[in-house]
Amino acid sequence: MSAASTDEPVQPAASPEQAPIAPQARGPGMWATVAALLRKELLVELRTLESVPGMSLFAVTTFVVFHFALNQNTVSGDEAAGILWVTLLFAAMLGVNRLFVADQDQGGFDAFLLAPVDRTAMLLAKALALFAYLAVLELIAVPAFGLLLLAPPLSQTLPDLLLVLVLADIGIAAIGTLVAALAVQTRARDLLGPLLALPLLVPVVIGAARASSPLLVLAHPAGVGGPPIRWLATLALYDLVFGLIAYAVFDFLLED
Amino acid sequence: MSRTLPLKHGRGLRPLSIATLVAIPIALVLVFFYAPIEAEEGFLQKIFYLHVPLAIVTLCGFVIGGLLAIVHLRTRDRQWDLRSYVAIHMSLIFGVGTLITGSIWARGSWGHWWVWSEPTLVSFLIVILLYATYQPLRFAIEDPERQARYASVFAIVAGAFVPMNFLAVRLSTAYLHPRVLGSSSNLPPKMAFTFLVSLVAISLLFATLCSYELTAKRTRMLLKARSRTLGFR
Amino acid sequence: MIELEGLVRRYGEREALSDVSLSLHAGQTLVVFGPNGAGKTTLLRILSTLLRPHSGGVTVLGYSLPDEAWAVRGRVGLLGHEPLLYRELTARENLRFHARLHGVGEERVEELLAAVALTDRADEPLKTLSRGMVQRAAVARATLHDPELLLLDEPRANLDPAARELVEPLIGPGTDPARPRTRVISSHDPAGGLAEADLVLGLRGGVPVLLSEAADVSRAQIAELYR
Repeated sequence: MSAASTDEPVQPAASPEQAPIAPQARGPGMWATVAALLRKELLVELRTLESVPGMSLFAVTTFVVFHFALNQNTVSGDEAAGILWVTLLFAAMLGVNRLFVADQDQGGFDAFLLAPVDRTAMLLAKALALFAYLAVLELIAVPAFGLLLLAPPLSQTLPDLLLVLVLADIGIAAIGTLVAALAVQTRARDLLGPLLALPLLVPVVIGAARASSPLLVLAHPAGVGGPPIRWLATLALYDLVFGLIAYAVFDFLLED
Repeated sequence: MSRTLPLKHGRGLRPLSIATLVAIPIALVLVFFYAPIEAEEGFLQKIFYLHVPLAIVTLCGFVIGGLLAIVHLRTRDRQWDLRSYVAIHMSLIFGVGTLITGSIWARGSWGHWWVWSEPTLVSFLIVILLYATYQPLRFAIEDPERQARYASVFAIVAGAFVPMNFLAVRLSTAYLHPRVLGSSSNLPPKMAFTFLVSLVAISLLFATLCSYELTAKRTRMLLKARSRTLGFR
Repeated sequence: MIELEGLVRRYGEREALSDVSLSLHAGQTLVVFGPNGAGKTTLLRILSTLLRPHSGGVTVLGYSLPDEAWAVRGRVGLLGHEPLLYRELTARENLRFHARLHGVGEERVEELLAAVALTDRADEPLKTLSRGMVQRAAVARATLHDPELLLLDEPRANLDPAARELVEPLIGPGTDPARPRTRVISSHDPAGGLAEADLVLGLRGGVPVLLSEAADVSRAQIAELYR
């Protein structure tokens, strides 16, 4: 229950908005807040089904388009990695565009900003939600890709591919959330989102495509090699750097 | 009544301009008459003295823009946002110059206007595409305070992106050719000296142009503020 | 409870609030009058910590804004023009979400649903409810965490007389002397507004043109503001 006492001494103005953990006198802690926000996010998405079905359908349709555009029945190696990642990236943009729209239009920001919670919780919750949407997207799109376009069977390299997917998704989620928050309050939000996000995500495309490419080739008798460590390391470095930066700057996007 | 507005903002302008006007001709003389003609590429190689300094100054400009943006967010003083804006704006222009000179050089050296095998060029393309959204982003936000804040967030993210991007592109470029375009190590002393002078000249040019733009903007703002207090519209 | 000294808030070149100063004690009610665009909503949003003051001193509940805004959140309730609720979710889901954000228990949600007579429609998405019902849900949201300071922007809009009676115990002056309820209300209703005010502020174009105890203000003076 919210406390009624006014016995807090006047705290020095140490700009708590900039401190990573704001000294909250009452109100839930960071993880409880993230959980509450995430729950709300997923509930709204389940109710409206605005993001995930669209993203997944877009991906599958794009594979079909690629078949006709390339005039090929199957692809493998670099080509396969390229098609897969471009499609996933563009599908992710659809999710990014939608991420904050409900909050912007229905006053969700205000409600959150009035609560005695650490504002960075919104970044974490939204990024986790976006990660979840990407995961569902990939659950549908990757098998579809394997079915429609991929020459070698997926099953042989699934664990390695999963690792690449997870690392890339973290980067997309972090940058996607940041860009979505930037773009949603501007006039041309649907356009600016992808325009901002795509260049920023080029290193993720590089890392993910280069890492997946050897996983998507027809196997040698000795078995398929794992993804080159350098690309996994690049993805991990990107995730770390931009995760931290997003964490540091996000608050400034929320306040007024 | 004073005759002129006190030139608080333009004070550094004159020495900077003079320094630039001195440095550029010196650099030009060195490039055309002092530096030896490179054995493999011939005369065209001299564009290296323009292209690489432009590249270095552009990258530093973007990173500086990000640093200025950090100061803006910490101090909430809009002057820093103005400086950040000018730095990024000027770097974008210099960056386009980098791309153009790089393209000319590629055409001269390898016969193509664009080469994917040169990581610097490729990284630049991506960085320019990113920063090209800076101004549209600003103009899409009406509230000036929010505009400055969001622009600063962008400048910080993009500034961190520049080195990250270089790393990723460098790693991904298969070195089919030796990197003649970008390497500035192992230069014979005459070329190294010319390069250094060119770098100084381009840096001064950047600083001077930024100073001009800053002064012009501030003066315009001052004028607007004064005319408002006097009651003009 | 609230101390304002020379508060200024700009929007670009224009001053949305220009040099507002006043002092409101715990348990008192300040009513703000003024035509649209006068700055009433801006004032409420600053007091709620949603907007930062650009200059001047603002002290709410003893804490200075914007530096100590984090200490004020959770103790202030804002009821604005927007209900701040998700249309796709039900009243109960919305209120539970807010309860979690404020560290308030679920029993309180049920309490308030009953208080605004929404219990039987609590599990239908808000978009299926009438405007009046949504407003009642918004009142529940604003008072869920039992705030010490209530900021109400035309709170009785969209409410029929029965509904107004219903929400009165929640947004009216508090009845418990141990927990004084301080309120700032923006109003377009001179008679009603004056009746419940202790202090009156009149704004026009962001400028405070009238500031006085309610007893010393006449309805004519308020009508002047809208001329």
